[in-house]
Amino acid sequence: MGGKEILRGINLTVNPGEVHAIMGPNGSGKSTLAQVIAGRDLYTVTKGEVIYQGQDLLALAPEERAQEGIFLAFQYPVEIPGVSNLYFLKAALNAGRKKKGEPELDAMEFLSLVRQKIALMEMEESLLNRSVNAGFSGGEKKRNEIFQMAVLEPRLALLDETDSGLDIDALKIVSNGVNTLRGEDRAIVVITQYQRLLNHIVPDYVHVLAEGRIVRSGDKSLALTLEESGYAGIEELAETAQ
Amino acid sequence: MRATELAGLRQRAAEIFRARGFPTTHDEEWRFTNVAAIAKADLPIAAPKVSCHSLRAALELHPELIDEHLGRYASNDSNPFVALNTANFEDGAFLHVPKNTIVDEPVWVDFTGVSGHATHQRNLIVVGAGSQVRVVERYTGAGRYFTNAVTEIVVGENATVEHVKLEEESPDSFHIATIQVQQARDSNFKAHNISLGGLLVRNDVNAVLSTGCEGTLNGLYLTKGNQHVDNHTALDHAAPHAASHELYKGIMDGASSAVFNGKILVRKDAQKTDAKQTNKNLVLSENAVINTKPELQILADDVRCTHGATVGQLDEEALFYLRARGIGQIEARDLLIYAFARDVIDRVGIPSVREYLEKALFESLEDSRRLAGAAS
Repeated sequence: MGGKEILRGINLTVNPGEVHAIMGPNGSGKSTLAQVIAGRDLYTVTKGEVIYQGQDLLALAPEERAQEGIFLAFQYPVEIPGVSNLYFLKAALNAGRKKKGEPELDAMEFLSLVRQKIALMEMEESLLNRSVNAGFSGGEKKRNEIFQMAVLEPRLALLDETDSGLDIDALKIVSNGVNTLRGEDRAIVVITQYQRLLNHIVPDYVHVLAEGRIVRSGDKSLALTLEESGYAGIEELAETAQ
Repeated sequence: MRATELAGLRQRAAEIFRARGFPTTHDEEWRFTNVAAIAKADLPIAAPKVSCHSLRAALELHPELIDEHLGRYASNDSNPFVALNTANFEDGAFLHVPKNTIVDEPVWVDFTGVSGHATHQRNLIVVGAGSQVRVVERYTGAGRYFTNAVTEIVVGENATVEHVKLEEESPDSFHIATIQVQQARDSNFKAHNISLGGLLVRNDVNAVLSTGCEGTLNGLYLTKGNQHVDNHTALDHAAPHAASHELYKGIMDGASSAVFNGKILVRKDAQKTDAKQTNKNLVLSENAVINTKPELQILADDVRCTHGATVGQLDEEALFYLRARGIGQIEARDLLIYAFARDVIDRVGIPSVREYLEKALFESLEDSRRLAGAAS
């Protein structure tokens, strides 16, 4: 981006059913990684490959990736005045179904699905008729992301700092939503700066990202070590690894 | 029977019915049949006492209304196209709503341009005090022709009028139109000026507001290819305590160009005027041009007048957000354009027109893509 190299060594395999946490300080490249996987064209991949279900992910347009089951919960969900949540979700859901050769849901089926999922996220149904994220509080936006994930039922979900800025009640609701969605054929990658989230969404693996590289991988205990020693030690590790 | 004769016959018949009403059992001929149930059934039995004719018929049927209003508002001096129309018009629509009459169904007037012709449509809408009516004027056509329309609208005291102009002329046509509105005290007028077609289009929408009036001028213009659409509006706050709202939105694609010029005049006596003008533009192509200019002339000192104009592109972040949820690039783009435009569409009070506009908008976007595809 702008000629700046951001990611310089990511080797990561995520299998169905697994939950991975990627931790790292500000500017370590966590969000860039998520955006690249989702297909943001602000970034150019100069080297390397991303294989998703046996196919070259980087060759696909963002909408194709989503239709194949990739979901990015945005760190900063975008406000879209004039497009209702309901219309947006229906278009998104039916795009995925069409790709899979499934029939589009009719209005009644869609509404009953959406009602069930919105209850899970403890959100008001009136939010459905409002414009996408417009005038939502920070917490409402994050909840709306996980609500969308619950409706779209992706195969690979990337949660980009979904916990940032949430109070403990909202954090519990978001975590509960995500935990409900854990399953055999779904992989979840949780990107966060804070260990706190991992008390609620317990990962199978933890990776530490620093200066565009994964410098440490381990199980959930790595997150606790990190919480005690901070990221300072990790950055030194990144330098010695160069 | 000529149309004018039929109109006259109906007019006289309506007057007879109005005077006599439903028969009662006091009427010897109806002694044993009580028709009160029909009268009470709340069915649309008698056509409203509204006159809706061609202007040519109205010249014979309502000479007094024609004398009183035709050509009294639209100025021949300031706009040569109005003069051209006044000198040459042959026909148009005439609508008279007497006082305290609510017309439930919107009145649609369709004009069809014919290739090789120039037509000067002249319309007159006279709405009596306390009445309510909604009118849709639609302009379509095929080939290369010239439409030069003038519509004068007289809104009586405390009356409510909503007017929609749908300009969907052929891609090779010229369309010049003036809508001149005269608002009496405490009246409420809303205009929705929608431009989708035509090669060269100029709209002048002018309203004069009296004491306690509310005037709304909304507009939407979609331009593509080599189209040029110019919208000039003028709100004349001639008396105190009137409010005006103005929202014009434009979407420019291809090598098209558009103009918005919004004049607001607050006269010396028009204290407590509240005027708000907004013009927002979405430019989809590097070759499209928009000129936007507010023109405020405020001679009173206790008023609130605001204006603002914006020119922007499609929000790339929003586009990516939609695509990242699986919505295709074209659909996502159309959705954002529609979201931009619907602000104006949603303000139209006639549901069938809103639905029509929604469809027309998406069709226009498709046309625009076809044009862009053909050009590249």
